[in-house]
Parts: sequence; C-alpha cells; structure tokens
Amino acid sequence: MITLQKKEDIAQISERLKKEQRTLRFRRLKSNYGLLIGATIIILLIVLAIIGPLFTPYGPYGMKVLDRLLPPSADHWLGTDEFGRDLFTRIIYGARVSISIGLIVALLSSFLGLIIGVYATYYKILDHILMRICDGLIAIPGILLAIALMAALGASSFNVIVALTVVFTPNIARIVRSTALVVREQTYIEAMHAQGASNSRIIWLHIVPNTLSPLLVQATFVFAEAIISEAALSFLGAGIPAPEASWGNILQAGKLVIYKAWWMVVFPGVAIIISVLSLNLFGDGLRDYLDPRVKLKQKKS
Amino acid sequence: MLAYITKRLLSLIPVLFVVTIAIFLIIHITPGAPAAVILGIEASEAEIEALNEELGLNRPIYEQYFNWVGNLLKGDLGQSISMHQPVGQAIAEHIGPTLSLAILAQIIALILAIPFGIIAAYKRGTAVDYSLMGVSLLGMAIPSFLLGLLLMLVVGVKLQWLPVAGYESLSNGLWAHLQYLILPGISLGTIQAALITRMTRSSMLEVLNLNYIKTARSRGLSETRVLLKHAFRNAFLPILTVIGQTFGVLVTGAVVVESIFNIPGLGQLILNSIARRDFAVIQGVVLIVTVIYVGLNLIIDLLYGFVDPRVRLDRK
Amino acid sequence: MNSVPLLEVKNLKTHFHTERGRVTAVNGVSFTINKGEIIGIVGESGCGKSVMSQSIIRLLEHTDSIEYEGEVRFDNQELLSMPISQLRAIRGDEIAMIFQDPLSSLNPVYTIGNQIVEVLRQHQKISKKEAHKKAIEVLRATGIPSPEIRVNDYPHQLSGGMQQRAMIAMALSCEPKLLIADEPTTALDVTIQAQIIELIMELNRTMGMGVLFITHDLGVVSEICTSVKVMYLGQIVEDTTTERLFATPLHPYTQGLIKSIPRMDGNRHEKLHVIEGTVPSIADIPRGCSFSTRCPYADERCFNEEPLMEKVNAEHSVKCWNYAAINNLEGRA
Repeated sequence: MITLQKKEDIAQISERLKKEQRTLRFRRLKSNYGLLIGATIIILLIVLAIIGPLFTPYGPYGMKVLDRLLPPSADHWLGTDEFGRDLFTRIIYGARVSISIGLIVALLSSFLGLIIGVYATYYKILDHILMRICDGLIAIPGILLAIALMAALGASSFNVIVALTVVFTPNIARIVRSTALVVREQTYIEAMHAQGASNSRIIWLHIVPNTLSPLLVQATFVFAEAIISEAALSFLGAGIPAPEASWGNILQAGKLVIYKAWWMVVFPGVAIIISVLSLNLFGDGLRDYLDPRVKLKQKKS
Repeated sequence: MLAYITKRLLSLIPVLFVVTIAIFLIIHITPGAPAAVILGIEASEAEIEALNEELGLNRPIYEQYFNWVGNLLKGDLGQSISMHQPVGQAIAEHIGPTLSLAILAQIIALILAIPFGIIAAYKRGTAVDYSLMGVSLLGMAIPSFLLGLLLMLVVGVKLQWLPVAGYESLSNGLWAHLQYLILPGISLGTIQAALITRMTRSSMLEVLNLNYIKTARSRGLSETRVLLKHAFRNAFLPILTVIGQTFGVLVTGAVVVESIFNIPGLGQLILNSIARRDFAVIQGVVLIVTVIYVGLNLIIDLLYGFVDPRVRLDRK
Repeated sequence: MNSVPLLEVKNLKTHFHTERGRVTAVNGVSFTINKGEIIGIVGESGCGKSVMSQSIIRLLEHTDSIEYEGEVRFDNQELLSMPISQLRAIRGDEIAMIFQDPLSSLNPVYTIGNQIVEVLRQHQKISKKEAHKKAIEVLRATGIPSPEIRVNDYPHQLSGGMQQRAMIAMALSCEPKLLIADEPTTALDVTIQAQIIELIMELNRTMGMGVLFITHDLGVVSEICTSVKVMYLGQIVEDTTTERLFATPLHPYTQGLIKSIPRMDGNRHEKLHVIEGTVPSIADIPRGCSFSTRCPYADERCFNEEPLMEKVNAEHSVKCWNYAAINNLEGRA
C-alpha cells in the first residue's frame, strides 16, 4: 500500500514538474524579445523575397535607358538603377539570392561541421588530421580565403556557396567537437560503451542530439556572416556576376553613381543591415533560450 | 617561459603546413589547366607550353609544392606575371596603406570600446547599458564596406568634410595622410569597436562579481579605483585575446574597405590580380596576411605572461 | 563594560530586489559588540549571516539592488544612512573585513605588498616607502615567515594558511577598531584553522579590537567567542554567552546543532544527530515561527504566530513559544 502511494506521488510530482517546466519554457520564450523580434523580421524578409515580385509590375532584368537613375517616386518606390531597372524589384530579387545563399551556406557548413566535429572525437588519428586542417583554414582570414577561392573558381553563385562553405565549416567543426568531447565524457555514454553499444549508434543517438543546441546558434550566426560575405564578394566583383541581382552587386553599381543616386547605396545597405541585425538578435535570443544558465549567470552578476 | 615559447612556436608548424598547402592548391583548383587560365582564351599551345615550363607546372604536384615552399623559405614569393616584378616587391609597395588603415581602425576601436564597455558593465541594467548595447548590436550588423559607402555618401559627398577617396603617404605629412584614412578607419573600426565593447562589458561583469572586488571595496577604495585598478587589469586578458583574433578581421576588412576609398593597399593589389589572373600575387597576399595574423596571435599569447603573473610563473 | 558599545545593530533588515520580487535575507537582527569583545554568529549556510555581516558596511549595494531597514551605529555614527563616500573612509580603516576563501579574495595580479600598501595609502598620508615598510611589519605581526621576501609574492605563490594571514595583515594594516571575519577558517585545513583562530585571538588581545566572527562551526565558536548569536533564516533565534549556549541551549534549533557535532568521546556506533528537513529558501519563509517546519516540538501556535525574542535571564534570550516546556523550566525561570 505504502509503496503504491509513493509511486503515485512520484508520478504526480513528475507530472507537475513537467508542467511547470513547460510553462517556464513558454514564459522564457515570451520574455525573450530578441528571439521573437529576430524571428519575425527574418520570416517577413523571406516571405517578401518569395511573394515580393507579385507587388511589382517590373521585371528584374528589363532595361529602360530613359528611366535610368530616377529618384524614389510613386512609380518606382525605391528609384531606378543605372540601366533604368526598378530598384525595389532588384532588391527583392537580390533578397532571393542573398538570403538563399546565406541559408544554403549555413546548412551546408553546419552539416559538414557536425560530421567532422563528431567523428573527430571518436577516432584519434582522424581527430589530429582534421583538427590540424581546421586550424590551418581558420588561420587564413575568411574573406581573403573566399576571394582567393573565387579567383580560382570563377564568379558564380555556385562557387560563392562552395567558397563560403570552405570558409565557415572549420569553425563549426571546432565548436561541435568541443561540445561532443564534453558529452563523450559523461558517465552514461561510458556506460553505453560498457554495454557494447556500437560507436555509430552512440554518435547518432546520443552525441549528435546534444551538440545540436550550440550548432543551431552557430548556424544562425554563420547565416548572417554568409550574407555579409556574399555581399562583400559581389561588391568586389568576385561574387555573383551581373546581371543577376544580389545586394552586393547592386551596391557595387551604386558606388559608381554615388554622386548622383544615393538610393542605390542606401536601400540595399538597409536590406543587409536589417537581415543581419535580425539574425544576430535571433541568434543571441536562441542562445539564451537554449542555454538559460548563461543568462542566469549574467543576471546574478 | 622559454619552454612555453618553444612549445608555442612548434605548434605553429602544422598550422603553417596546412596554410601553405591550402594556398598552394588555389592555383590548381581552377577549372582547366592553370597556364591556359592564366594566359586566357587566345593563348597558343606554344605560349601555354612556355608558361608551363617557366612556372614548373608540368612537374609532379608534390615537387611543385616543395619547390614553392623552398622558395618561400628563401623569401621568394614568386614572380608577378602582370606587373613583371617579384611578388615580394609588389606586396612591399602595397602593404603600408593596409597596415596604416588597420592600425588606425584598431586605435579608433579601442578608444571607443574600452570606456564604453567599462561604463556599460558598471551601469548594467540601466538605460545607459541598454543604449550602449543596442548601438553595439547595430554596429555589429553593419559590414565595414557598407558603412564605408554610407560614410562616403554622407560625410564625403553631402557634407564634403573629408575627401571621398584617395591616399597620401605618411611622408607627405600626418594630416595629409590621416584625412584620407579617417573615413575608412571609422568604417573599419566600428564593427571592431562594437565587438570589443561587448567583450569588455561581459569580461568586466564577470570580474566585478569576484571576491577580490568585494575585498577591494571592503578596504574603502573608491569605485574608480576598484573598476580601473582591480577589475580592468583582470578583465583585460580575454579582451586582449579578442583584439588579437579580430585583428585578422581588420586586415581583411581593410582589403575590402580599401577598394571603396581607392587606397592603394593590398586590397587593390589582390583585386587587380584577380582580374589579371595573376595567381602568384593572390597567393602571396593571402600568405602574407595570414602570417601577420598568426604572428600577431602568437605575440598576444606571449603578452599574457606579462599581464597575468600566474601564467608567467607557472610556465617558467 | 563601556557605556557606549563599539557597534550597535538595531533591528537590521536587508531586502534584495530580484526578478521574483522582494526577498528579505536579514529580518530584524539586533546585537551589540563592545570594545575588545569577540561575538560569534552561528548558522547553517543560507541563514543570512554573510549578508548580515556585509550589510554592516553596505558591501552589497554595489552589485545588487538592496534596501536596508533599521540602524547600524558604529562609534556613534549611523552607517546605513551615511553617504557612501563617508563610509568609504571607515571601510578598511576602522572596520575591516576578511572573507572565507583567501585566494579568491586577493587580487591575483598584484603582489601582497602592493595590495597592503594600497590600503595604507588610501587611509593614511604616508609615502610609498613607509607604507612598504609598514606592510612588512604587519605581515610579520601575522606570523608570516621572512615577510621581506613574501611582501613581493603574488597570492597564488602562498599556501592557503599564508594567504589568510596575508588577508588578515591587510585587514589589520590600519589598526581597525572592528574586524568582521566571515567564515575565515572554513576553507582551511584543520591545523591551519587552529593557527588562524589563535592569531585572531592574539590580535584581539594585543590590539583590543572588537571581532564579529561568523561561522557555521560551533566548535570554532566555543574556542574563540565570548558570546554567541544563533541565526536561522535571517533572524537571531538564540543569544547568550558561549558557556551557557553549550550548557543549557534553549532553542530546539540550537539543540539540534549542538547534538549534530561529532564527539571524540561519543559512541562510534551511535548515529549522528540530524536536524529533520532542509532549510527553506529565504524566498518562502514559513508563516509563524520560521523554524516550525523542522521543529520536532512545533504545535498549532508555532505554525501561525511568530514568537518574540524573550529574555530568559540577563544573559540569555530565545525566540521560541515553547522553550520553557521543552526544557522543563516551568516554574523555575
């Protein structure tokens, strides 16, 4: 009888604890303005990139020499560029390129970094080789490596993705590895080894899920950095080649006409700032949400 | 300390090995034969063959690598095809403006960031803290080339306070030199300042929570003294690391910002070389900047010893 | 005894403003310390004794959002309402403080000497050279061997006991009238503990300073203090001389504490006494008597009404409804 009662108590208590945890988590989400604001703006940007062309009667490529460099007006909300193309339309199409490249680079480098980082912790020789390669690649300043790679590969969207993935993967691999190392040392993993669970089972079922929180946060920051890097490469003429629109190459064109057309510099610039800022806000918020200890520590101080 | 320095130097060998391989391979990942790519579509078979011979591109790849590294060790970075001069000489001619710009940006960043970071930490949770953190968040979201363009637009084109673009070397006078570097310096320094402000703040917050700060206060020391003498000296170590790690960002950032303001530095050199497919120069610039970056981090690691007696003595 | 006490704490309350609202860590503490007296404050961790000791020189308001109530009179000056700049002249000069963990309480990047010289020059107009000389003197007074050399050492180069001696030297450099020692021996080995206690007692005798000694260790209290206050959840629950406390403890909490001291002469197979339950968080202090949730004698009244501090005799006060019944004192007191 007594034991039964106790069992019930335990079930009740754990139920109550779970409920409390859920409400606490929800409350934490609700009070995490960075996360919410960041996520909202990013979603809006993505939606705008997808359905934006519906709002504009212009195409991204059709040139109208008579309409070149018109200031913002009712017809052309953000003005026109040096070929008479509608700047709003160009920025919308540029958003498609810039955001999708950023996202693809973030996903690719996270995936590669995850595999490298996790497997490195399991095989000693592999670890030495992979980490030396990562250290070497990290030692070469990022944009410079990307510029050199683009010089060799030639300017194209695909090559921008390749170059930036090479630049961002080593850092992610390092972060995943250090988290995985900590997880690996946990007693329950040791116990699983003792029970004869296979390496790949432990890696995929137990270690990988534990590395996902820091990975997700890092992926957000890589997303933002990839947008900046793509813009920088395109701005330098080593990224997305014309006539395809990207925020970077609109800026490149804008620099040439900076005396005549401020809108060519200001609007794509604002687009970059808003997307990077919201991604950074989102990433910071996500970190606080996934690892409340960090925030608690700061609060205590 | 000596053992520590030796150990630290030895650990650089694998890093530099990987760096040289990566940079060496750049010329070999081009689609098509390197010589054909360098010479362009109109090149004849004979010309390609001649270039292959000249650059040793028809030898086995490992032999090419060891040759290249051997030359590097002798200080020979190769020959620029487009400029008809040694790469080393081309880099020497262009490195000055880049370093000038990077150093100026670092100075601007430190002058802004350290006081801001200390104030934000001391006033944490207040409006002052929130606004400083908000501004720094914005500062981190504006890439330096973009800020450069915007500053150029506002200060150079609209207000006409400073020259829009160009460069004067230091030998023509300090102000002549600086007036061209102020806008690029601010564009480059801002993101750095934002980063260091945040780092200073969090590092200071951590230290301010420690027991010896309580001790210092219990001895009747003033808040200024507690903050500057007791907290900042301890909080400085992580800040120093960030400065080292991000100086690389500064130098590469300088490469990009230079192209906006037409400063004849390494950035212009590398961009011109891309257009001319002058791979020796591209490789040389990437290598030199990487070596500067790695060397700087080494120096900062060693500086640790001077700032923190625990490191100095434990590693004796 | 002197007519005016050195330190008089009257109904001190310390409230923290946290995200969850106001939390009261110290709830109406009163006591006095006379010149040359060593007073002990005993309690489990979390009972508010550290917060109380730091409230006296208001160390908490730099890092937390704090509100004080009550009075802290030191040498006829009210410390709680004093401007902080004026208080700074007292901190380290007339009231000095030492802490639990000496290594983390010393700044790692400055030498011991540098840190002592800094305090001296903060409060006295002396040259660097004189201050340095004096630093060596105080280090010698605290029993640090070859102080001329040690003065140039960094904290991590000293052993734990030497670090605490250096802390004490720093605290004593300006010859304070009151020393607040917050668990100064807890982080040290037993033999070193004894040496540090010996040192504090000796300095108390030779310099005549008052000492407020905070600890969770009743054994230490019995060695050093003339009188003891037992603290539980931010309140003093029993206040008497050290002798009486051990001979006739009246509060059930004190009795529990004393019973849980392991005894050398006790039966090895006898189980050590444990006080039932855990200390409630200061965020939710029980209604009625704060100890009621763990008290074996608690009745209806204890759960609903808070007892007052009652004077049993001239030397003994206790905060318990049922102390007389529990201790069979009916008719005798």
